[in-house]
Amino acid sequence: MSTVNRREFLEMAGAGLLIVATAPLSDAQRGGGSGSLETRLHIGEDGFITVLSGKVEEGQGALTELAMAAAEELRVPLARVRMVMGDTDQTPNDGSTAGSGTTPRTAPLVRRAAATARDLLLAAAGRQFGADAGRLEVRDGAVQHAGKKYGYADLARSPELAAAYKEALPANTVVTPAKDWQRLGKPQVRLDIRELVTGAHRFPSDIVRPGMLYGRVLRAPSYGATLDSVDLSAAQKMSGVTAVRDGGFVGCAAPTTFAARKALATVSATAKWKTAEQPSSDELFGYLKQHAKLQERPQAQDRGSVQKGLAEARTRLKASYQVPYVQHAPMEPRAAVAEWQNGRLTVWTGTSNPASVRQQLAETFGIAQDRVRVLVPHFGGGFGGKHTGEAATEAARFAKEAGRPVSVQWTRVEEFTWAYFRPAALIEIEAGLDAGNAISAWDFTNYNSGAAALDTPYRIANTRARFVASDSPLRQSSYRVLAATANNFAREAFTDELAEAADKDPLEFRLAHLDNERMRNVLNAAAQRFGWVERRKKRRPGIGVGLACGTEKNSVVATCCEVEVNRTSGALRLLEVVQAFECGAILNPANLRSQVEGCIMMGVGPALREEILFKDGKLTNARFATYQVPQFHDLPKLDVILLDRKDLESAGAGETPIIAITPAIANAVFDATGKRVHSMPIRASRG
Amino acid sequence: MATIRLSVNGKTRSVDTEPERPLLEVLREDLGLTGTKYGCGEGQCGSCTVLLDGKPAVSCVTTVRAAEGRKIVTIEGLAEGGTLHPVQQAFLDEGAVQCGYCTPGMVLQTVALLQNHPKPTDAQIVDGLNGNLCRCADYQRIMAAVRRAAAATGKKG
Ligand code: FES
Ligand code: FES
Repeated sequence: MSTVNRREFLEMAGAGLLIVATAPLSDAQRGGGSGSLETRLHIGEDGFITVLSGKVEEGQGALTELAMAAAEELRVPLARVRMVMGDTDQTPNDGSTAGSGTTPRTAPLVRRAAATARDLLLAAAGRQFGADAGRLEVRDGAVQHAGKKYGYADLARSPELAAAYKEALPANTVVTPAKDWQRLGKPQVRLDIRELVTGAHRFPSDIVRPGMLYGRVLRAPSYGATLDSVDLSAAQKMSGVTAVRDGGFVGCAAPTTFAARKALATVSATAKWKTAEQPSSDELFGYLKQHAKLQERPQAQDRGSVQKGLAEARTRLKASYQVPYVQHAPMEPRAAVAEWQNGRLTVWTGTSNPASVRQQLAETFGIAQDRVRVLVPHFGGGFGGKHTGEAATEAARFAKEAGRPVSVQWTRVEEFTWAYFRPAALIEIEAGLDAGNAISAWDFTNYNSGAAALDTPYRIANTRARFVASDSPLRQSSYRVLAATANNFAREAFTDELAEAADKDPLEFRLAHLDNERMRNVLNAAAQRFGWVERRKKRRPGIGVGLACGTEKNSVVATCCEVEVNRTSGALRLLEVVQAFECGAILNPANLRSQVEGCIMMGVGPALREEILFKDGKLTNARFATYQVPQFHDLPKLDVILLDRKDLESAGAGETPIIAITPAIANAVFDATGKRVHSMPIRASRG
Repeated sequence: MATIRLSVNGKTRSVDTEPERPLLEVLREDLGLTGTKYGCGEGQCGSCTVLLDGKPAVSCVTTVRAAEGRKIVTIEGLAEGGTLHPVQQAFLDEGAVQCGYCTPGMVLQTVALLQNHPKPTDAQIVDGLNGNLCRCADYQRIMAAVRRAAAATGKKG
C-alpha cells in the first residue's frame, strides 16, 4: 500500500492502528501474496476491527470465513469485524481467488495478524495495569483486571504503540489451535446475507455512477472471424450515442441499454467479416488426439515400469473416455463499470483476480498500475470462470471515448459464446490385474484438459499418468477444480470395470487398493450411511447404485448414489446421493455444507446434460433453453456427511466436492443397465 | 417515446420511455431498482422475476407498456420498514444464499407459490420454482428455506 493510499484508507476506516503483515515467501511464490509489507488489519479508535484482503467474495463464503478467523483470534464478537475485500487501492494482493486457496493460505495470514493484535492488546493492558501480560486474558474485545478495563479502542488511541508498531508481524505469534476455537468451527450464516435477500446489495452489474451510459459491443458472427469494414455513421447520428471503433473493438454506448442495442444494430448491419474455417463438436475428440502435442514433454507421474507391469498382467483392460466442453454460466454474466477521472481509471467488476485485471488495464491503456483502481463488489458467481477482465477493458474503452462512466454487462448469449470453457478431455486408460486380482499396472493419458488429480490414489506398483496438451478449438481455461472432474470420472468409472473383471465389489476393491486413511474414512462413511452392502444385493429393475471417491487440494470425497433408468426411453433420473467430505478442521460448517451440496448439484449438470455444441465457428446451444443447467427438478434426496478433523490443517472446499458425483452416476448406470459409460454427459442406452 | 405510469411497490412512478423497452431495464436503469436481475433476457432463468398483480412474471420479456396500470412488486418492495418479509426471513435464517444473484427472483417466486399453496408439498415447491435457476446450485438450501417460510406463514395465518 503506498502512502497516498494509506492516507485514503485511514480516511475510510477512521483513526487507529494498522497491523502490517508480510506474506511468508512460500505463500508469495504460490500467488498467496506479494511478499512485501502489506496492511492486513486496522484497529479503529471506535473499537471496530477492519480486516483487509485482496480475496474476493463470489458466493463461496470467503468474507464470512475471514471475518470469523479474525474474530476468533481477536476474541471479539463477529459484529465488531468489518471486511474490506478486492480493492486494489486498499487491500493487499492475496493472489487470485482460486484453487481453494483462501482457506489454507489467506485465513492463516488473517489469523496471524489478528493474533498479533491480541498480543499487543495484552501487552499494553499489562503495562497499563502493572500486571504480567501472560496472566491476562482478552474477552469480548477487552482485558479486565481489578475492576478496570482495557480494550481495542484504548489500544488504538495509544500513541506510543502506534509509533512503535509499524513493522512486520513477529514470526512467533501463536494462533489458537482448532480444539480451542470459540467462533471458528461453529455454523455461521454469511454476514452479508441481509443485503442479498433484500436486493440492496450492488453487484457489479448494479453499480450506477452519475451520467453513466450503457455499452454494447459488436461481436464476431463466428470464432476466428475478423472485421473487414464497418460503418458507424448511422449510430453516430443517434442522440446520446457514442459509437467507438478501436481496431477490432467496435461498440455503442447510450443512456439506456435499449438505445445502445438499437445503435449497435445499425452498426452490425454494415459490418463485413472475413470468416475462417473452424472445427466442430462432432469431430472434437479426433481433433484433440490429432493435435496432441506429443513432442512437448508431457506432465507425468510415474512409478515402477508400466510396460513391464502390463506385460506381466494376468488380465488387461482398456477404455477411452470423452468429456466435452462445458460453460460456467454464472447467473451474473460478466459486467463492469468504468470511470476515468484526471487520467485515473476506476473499474468495478466481477473478477477473481483484481490485481491481474488492474495490470491488464494498465497495459491496455498505457498507464502506470497505480493510476488504475479495480474494485470487486461481491459478484454473482464465478466457479473459476471469471479470472479475466474482458468487460472491464470494454467498459474502460467506452468510458474513455464517451468521457463518462460506462457500464457493460454481457448478455447470456455473449457469456456462453465469448467467456472461456472448461477444457474438453479425451482420456485413455489401460490397466492390468495380477494373479491376485490386484491392479498391477495403470497407464493413464489425459489429452487437452489438464493435470489436476492426474495421479491415481490407489496403491499400484507400475503407473504412468500423463497429461498431453493439445490444440483446443475453443478458448479454454479454469473451471471449479480444473481437470480433476474429468480425470476422476475416467479413473473411477474404469476402476469399476477393473473391479468387475476382478469379480470384486466396487467398495471392497477400492479399499483393497487404498492406503490413504482419509479416503478410506470418507468411503466408509458414505457407504455406511447409504447402506451400500445391502443395497448392492437388492436387484430392482431399472434401478442401479454406484460409488466413487477422489482426492484433490488436500481434501477427500466419496459419493454413493442411486439412479433410475427408464427401460423404454433410456431417461435417467438421479434418485439419491450420499456424499462424505473431509477437508481438515472445518472453519464454517454451515457454509461448508452449502458448498458441498452446491458442488454436487452443479456437478449433476455436466454429468447428465451439459455439453457445448459448435459448428462452423458458432455455438449451437448458447442459451439456457438448449444448454440445460441443473434445475430444482434435478434435486435428488441429498445427504451430506461432513467429517471434521480438528487435528488437520483446514483445506478449501469449494471445488473437490464436485469430482465424485459423475463417476458415481456412471457406475450406477452400469449397475442398472449392464452397459458401461464412457462419456459425459452420461446417456443411458435403452433397456 | 411515451409517458408511462407505473405502480411500483405501492408508489406511482412516471417514466418517459420507449414503450417497447423491457420492464426489467426500466426498473433497473430508469427507476434505480437494481434488485431485479438480468440473467438471460429470454424468460429462461427467472432472475428477473417480479410480481405483476400478485403473479410472478419475467420482467425481461415483459414490455413496460404491458406493465402499465398493473401493480408491480419488486424485491425492494417486500420488506416493510425494517422488517423482512417472512420469505426473506426464511432465506436468511436458512442461509439459503451463495452468490445471491438468483435470490431476489427465488424469493418473489416463493411469495407467489405460497399464495397459491400455503402448505406446499415438496413436489409443489419443485414445480413452482423449477423455472428459477441457481447456478450455485444451492437448491437443497432453497428448498429448506421455502419449507421454513411455509411453516412460518402457516403459523401466522
Ligand atoms: S433474465 Fe428474465 S428470465 Fe432470465
Ligand atoms: S446463489 Fe448464486 S445463483 Fe443462486
